Amino acid sequence: MTISARTLGAIEALFIPLLAILISMILFAVFVWIAGSSPADVFALMYKGAFGTSFSIENTLQRAAPLILAALCTALPAHLGMVIIGGEGALVIGGLSAAGIALTLPSGSSPLMIQTVMILSGMLMGGLWIGASGFLRHVRGVNETISSLLLSYIAIAILNHMVSGPLRDPSSLNKPSTRPIGDENMIGSIPGMDVHWGLVMGIIFCACAYVLMYRTTFGFSARMVGGNVRAAAMSGLPVGRLLVITCVIAGAAAGLAGAVEVAAVHGAANAPFAAGYGYTGILIAFLARQNPLAIIPVAILMAGIDASGGLLQRRLDLPDATVYVLQGIIFIVILACETLFGRFNIFQPKETA
Amino acid sequence: MSLSAKTVLQHPAAAVGVEIISLTKQFGEFKALDNVSLKIRPATFHALLGENGAGKSTLVKCVMGYYEPTEGNVLVGNHEYAITNPQQAQSLGLGMVYQHFTVVPHMTVLENMTLASADLPKIIDWSKARRQLVEFMTNMPFDINLDTKAHDLSAGEKQKLEILKQLYLGSKFLILDEPTSVLTPGEADEVLGLIRDMTQRAGLTVLMITHKFREVMSYADEVSVLRQGKYIGGGLVKDLTPDDMAAMMVGSEILQESATREQQHSQEVRLETIRLSALDDTGHQAVRGISLRVKSGEILGIAGVSGNGQKELVEVLAGQRKPAEGEIRVHGKTYRATRKEMRESKVFCLPEEPLKNACVKGMSVAENMAFRTFDTAPQSRGGWWLQPSKIVEKSKELIQQYNVKTSGPDAPIGTLSGGNVQRAVLARELSGDVDVLVVANPVFGLDFAAVSDIRSQIIKARNRGVAVLLVSEDLDEIFELSDRIGVMFHGEIVHETSIDDADLRVIGRHMAGN
Repeated sequence: MTISARTLGAIEALFIPLLAILISMILFAVFVWIAGSSPADVFALMYKGAFGTSFSIENTLQRAAPLILAALCTALPAHLGMVIIGGEGALVIGGLSAAGIALTLPSGSSPLMIQTVMILSGMLMGGLWIGASGFLRHVRGVNETISSLLLSYIAIAILNHMVSGPLRDPSSLNKPSTRPIGDENMIGSIPGMDVHWGLVMGIIFCACAYVLMYRTTFGFSARMVGGNVRAAAMSGLPVGRLLVITCVIAGAAAGLAGAVEVAAVHGAANAPFAAGYGYTGILIAFLARQNPLAIIPVAILMAGIDASGGLLQRRLDLPDATVYVLQGIIFIVILACETLFGRFNIFQPKETA
Repeated sequence: MSLSAKTVLQHPAAAVGVEIISLTKQFGEFKALDNVSLKIRPATFHALLGENGAGKSTLVKCVMGYYEPTEGNVLVGNHEYAITNPQQAQSLGLGMVYQHFTVVPHMTVLENMTLASADLPKIIDWSKARRQLVEFMTNMPFDINLDTKAHDLSAGEKQKLEILKQLYLGSKFLILDEPTSVLTPGEADEVLGLIRDMTQRAGLTVLMITHKFREVMSYADEVSVLRQGKYIGGGLVKDLTPDDMAAMMVGSEILQESATREQQHSQEVRLETIRLSALDDTGHQAVRGISLRVKSGEILGIAGVSGNGQKELVEVLAGQRKPAEGEIRVHGKTYRATRKEMRESKVFCLPEEPLKNACVKGMSVAENMAFRTFDTAPQSRGGWWLQPSKIVEKSKELIQQYNVKTSGPDAPIGTLSGGNVQRAVLARELSGDVDVLVVANPVFGLDFAAVSDIRSQIIKARNRGVAVLLVSEDLDEIFELSDRIGVMFHGEIVHETSIDDADLRVIGRHMAGN
């Protein structure tokens, strides 16, 4: 029996990223060795810091939540052939608006009400942010990669302006921040573990995105636009509307990530909450080959690498940026390995006459 | 431009002949050439006939050194040479003119010709280059202003420039790959006439790849026919009729009988454009105020040399390009090529290069066949939930009915051959209820079987009452299929005639803009 073309494709899509990670680990081992540490020690410590103890697992999952959502911000538009790298901007603006709205609600509001409004506002603002990129692309032909990146800088500038100006908490002296939203209004943990509900939201968002892209006519249309915009136009599809709607959904995912970071982790909007999750999200989306379901395990892996940085610093006296070197290597190797698709004969379906 | 062919080649040295002996070229399992032997005698005009995929291109690529033959030899002027690269072929005096132009558009004729030379010095002495070229051109039968930029030349002049370039390089044996495919009939006659003259007077030897019998009959001395990689036959053109050659090209292959056209008397106008204009990708006006009407049961053929706005016209009608001015009406109602309007007015389209224009390579055959219907029952529920099993089910039916060769409905459509992609698109566009069909170069690059199959499907659609707009660069196709013919030049319809009154020469003149 021959294996179907679809199965072969799936195996190929699994094999090549794994190969890329393996190559990255070898390159990283060389880097660590030059830096004067034992690669074996480093990998062992990284495993311990990421998945070795229940504390480290919880730490990893906690970090995975915003990464999953930020990755969707790149992965969804990719189905339409767009490269959006401005997830950080949507995340920041979503978090800022969530904090802002929480502080303007009347003080008697119930925590659930405040949390709901924060989340909706974060999604709305994030959606508008990336939606703007999609809109510019559609009406003016502006490159969405550049516009989304530039919009990120604007978002971060707005954050810095707001937390050190209009929304500044007078008691935050050397770390400008908004006033805290109040412990009672923060999103709590999933029962039985020290991980906030953002993780669940991220997983649900991924599942919905998968269903949307692969089980609905909207997703079918989107994949047509992504595969060949001329064929989509010939079939009368509203290409512009599909682009903008998908960007809005993608931005909403990143905006939700920002809102959750504020509502569940930081309790206020401040400079450190723009921690670069949006950029790591790009890496995850590419590593997951833009598949919403594959994003979940990949994001957990990347979160683990992130989480182990502190341990490397404490134990081996390596700079905590060491893990970013590994992430950077992975990203470059992944992009290089993209060109390997279709090159391995064993993954090609047998020619038919 | 002087057209006199009185003068002769610079060095009327001995003419070069080429003999191909038992040439075989194998790509993996596939034999592209199977023991082909043929002799091109010096100072003759030799035509190489064959349908797509017969091995013509492989043969000349072996002669030119792009491919290394698996077996067999090439003799140039009675000496055996192992031609291993194109530079070596050039040094033996072999030159090739490609189907598509290889001139640099923004450079002048002088620059183009000079740059073509193989041993270009690091610093070019332009005044010397000019003197050499002027001297060379005085001996040439055709003359082009050296300071014209290549993009200002007409297609015919560009083709001449390509030929001059080869002669300037000292080629004594010219291979022409379908040299007239981008020319009007008038330009084609002029260029081929001049080349024929040079073979007779100046000892040039020419091997021309073609599929046009008319050109073979009027210009070639000898002809060889290839079919499925084998030499089938040939001889002196004066001993053969077009029917003989057609029989050799097609062989015993069973062709589907062309559907007969039935008389149509409907007066109902299905498709109408009113002063329709459109811009091309660079923002220049490509379609200039075209008004045309296509009735039910009628094929309106639009002829023209490529690049006169046909592509943009088809894109506007297909919904791939927004019109700049004017409007399209279908069944008398304004039509903006939205999905809803396409469905209500039953407008369908067979674009050229279907893989590029009408398919998504990475999606499966089944999904590609569902592009028109995936958002309707039963392929989706509530217009929202896809029913993949129904999509596959329907595609299995179509694959069988339209004889699409694929490993299965799940195979990505990009893995299919050109003819089968076109059949899959045909199945999608023609299997339902069709009122209006827009067709562009439907058989470009397809083999004989697929061509007659697809043409008869178009005739059958017409007989069912479909209004067909056929845009084609192939005049034979226009004449075979159309009820009325319009000629497009410079974005306008410059001539319109019914098929009964159509005159090839008049149409040719209008294609050239006279």
